[in-house]
Amino acid sequence: MYESILNHPNNLFGQFERLRRELDDVFGVSGLASSIRSVAPGTVPAVNVGRTPTSVEIYAFAPGLDASKVEVTLDRGVLRISGERASGIPANDPKVHVYTRECGTGSFTRAISLPDDVDPGQVNASYRDGVLRVSVARRESAQPKRITVQ
Amino acid sequence: MSDNKQVARTGIEQDQQRAVLPAVDVFEDAGGITLLADMPGVPKDQLELKIEGDSLLIEGGVQALTPEGLEAIYAEVRVPRYRRSFTLSRELDTARIEANLKDGVLTLRIPKQAHAQPRRIAVTSG
Repeated sequence: MYESILNHPNNLFGQFERLRRELDDVFGVSGLASSIRSVAPGTVPAVNVGRTPTSVEIYAFAPGLDASKVEVTLDRGVLRISGERASGIPANDPKVHVYTRECGTGSFTRAISLPDDVDPGQVNASYRDGVLRVSVARRESAQPKRITVQ
Repeated sequence: MSDNKQVARTGIEQDQQRAVLPAVDVFEDAGGITLLADMPGVPKDQLELKIEGDSLLIEGGVQALTPEGLEAIYAEVRVPRYRRSFTLSRELDTARIEANLKDGVLTLRIPKQAHAQPRRIAVTSG
């Protein structure tokens, strides 16, 4: 039913991928081959997706953004979140010594394919504590119904 | 005695609580060190900053954002806690640290002790 975003928590390969990522996080990037599309952690906001009986909820962990410049579009079942983040480190100041630069900066886009039963007319997005939450309602016809027995 | 044990136990439990390292930027200028930490999802009341001796601990819990009946389909953030510690050096003034949390970014300003600030020494001729 949710094949488009089916990377189920219990998926075996998903678990391996998670393990690989965690090891990379702990030991730094290993010499092993990684996906050609893989990016350094923090470059693109991490995303969690969940569903309730009435809606699909997307949480993008994107700290330090200007909420008015975040763009959220929904086009033919694909939700696209894009924005840009400026670095907190003052640029070109000879008196500033930078020791660690891990926070992702620059522009990003993430696209998420949503299930077929969402209602594009009812989308809410809010930004709080560095988390962008997008709530897309599911069509009424897709919601569980109790059927009266005649 | 039993109280002590309890404290010790909760301490161990807290240590064992899984947490991820937040990404940080650290830079220094003449007046001190600035640390920026990415902690998206952490509200102000869930953030804890601790200084013990010369170590600085930053810890924050991601607030449960989930509405009732939410079923996870896909999750990249699985550990709802950030924790990271740093060792400070002696010329930093831990009593005057300023902290600010905005849009999931924690900004810590750690000034240098007054005696460690750079001074210009006037040269007199004569």
